[in-house]
Amino acid sequence: MRLGYAIPVVVFFALAVALYVGLGLKPRDIPSALIDKPVPTFDLAAVKGRDMGLKTADLNNGEVALVNVFASWCGPCRVEHPLWMDVQAAGKVPLHGINYKDDPDNAAKWLDRFGDPYTRTGADRNGRVGIDWGVYGVPETFVIDRQGRIRYKHVGVMTRDILDGRILPLVRQLQEQKQ
Amino acid sequence: MTRARALKSLMIAFAVFGFLCLAPGAPTSVAQSTIDVPLEDVTKEHRAKALFKILRCLVCQNQSIDDSNADLARDLRVLVRQRIAAGDSDEQAVGYIVDRYGDWVLLEPPFKRATLILWLGPLAILILAVGGIALRFRRRTVEVPVAPVPLDADESRRLAELLDDTDTKDGPG
Repeated sequence: MRLGYAIPVVVFFALAVALYVGLGLKPRDIPSALIDKPVPTFDLAAVKGRDMGLKTADLNNGEVALVNVFASWCGPCRVEHPLWMDVQAAGKVPLHGINYKDDPDNAAKWLDRFGDPYTRTGADRNGRVGIDWGVYGVPETFVIDRQGRIRYKHVGVMTRDILDGRILPLVRQLQEQKQ
Repeated sequence: MTRARALKSLMIAFAVFGFLCLAPGAPTSVAQSTIDVPLEDVTKEHRAKALFKILRCLVCQNQSIDDSNADLARDLRVLVRQRIAAGDSDEQAVGYIVDRYGDWVLLEPPFKRATLILWLGPLAILILAVGGIALRFRRRTVEVPVAPVPLDADESRRLAELLDDTDTKDGPG
């Protein structure tokens, strides 16, 4: 009988702990529906002033690759941009860019001014390809495996910690896997 | 004079015709993908509208794409209208979006294994609570009508002494 009176207290604390943990979760992190699925079918022309566009076949050629969704109007993209310059300079993995709903001139100017870290770029003018990729907040970054499947998605600004701690280790691991 | 005037009006007519042909041509090619205009078919527009209300705007999160002014919500409205116009059923049109954004894009989560706790949790808690209360009340009612234990011979004798009564054989009653 004594124990019975403890039940509400125990329930209260369990609830309090659960809700406290819930406070720390980020509601923006929506699990992607596309993880382990092949990249969508698409074919985009290159951003103005560049000649290599981006299409499904470019991500399905037996190579592990990163795809970064960016735009000149996107502030956080500017923040993470130096990391991509580093990735490009290191040359360990090709980095491709999808330029999401951007003005061609602004996109070209942005890349000319700050540097172009992308091997291939695709200009997604109206955002339709973005929808096929499940993009809802720029920047977003995808890890694509040798078979052209999406293996990881990061939403929001890329940080050094996430890049070195999660993205690049995954890239290495996928690169070690045989075809 | 009249001839020059006729020529002039003809030129104006051509100019206007040309303007009507060209000017709207350019914006509509953009408009088809970026501006949401209601579908001409009223029943289809009604269906599309109904779907807008069940689809979540992923940018503002607690608004449907029907309520939201976000760019992405507008793009999704355009997309849903395109699917409906192309002859998709409601399920196919919603499925198209869910394939890309996951169940989360639905304001009402579907009933499946991953959402069992969500849907059945409150019911389970209700059953537990009602069951607990019922158990408690039953226990209490059981406790009340318990008949007093008959006194043993020793106690009966003492009671008789205390009451100073001679009739002690039957015990209290």
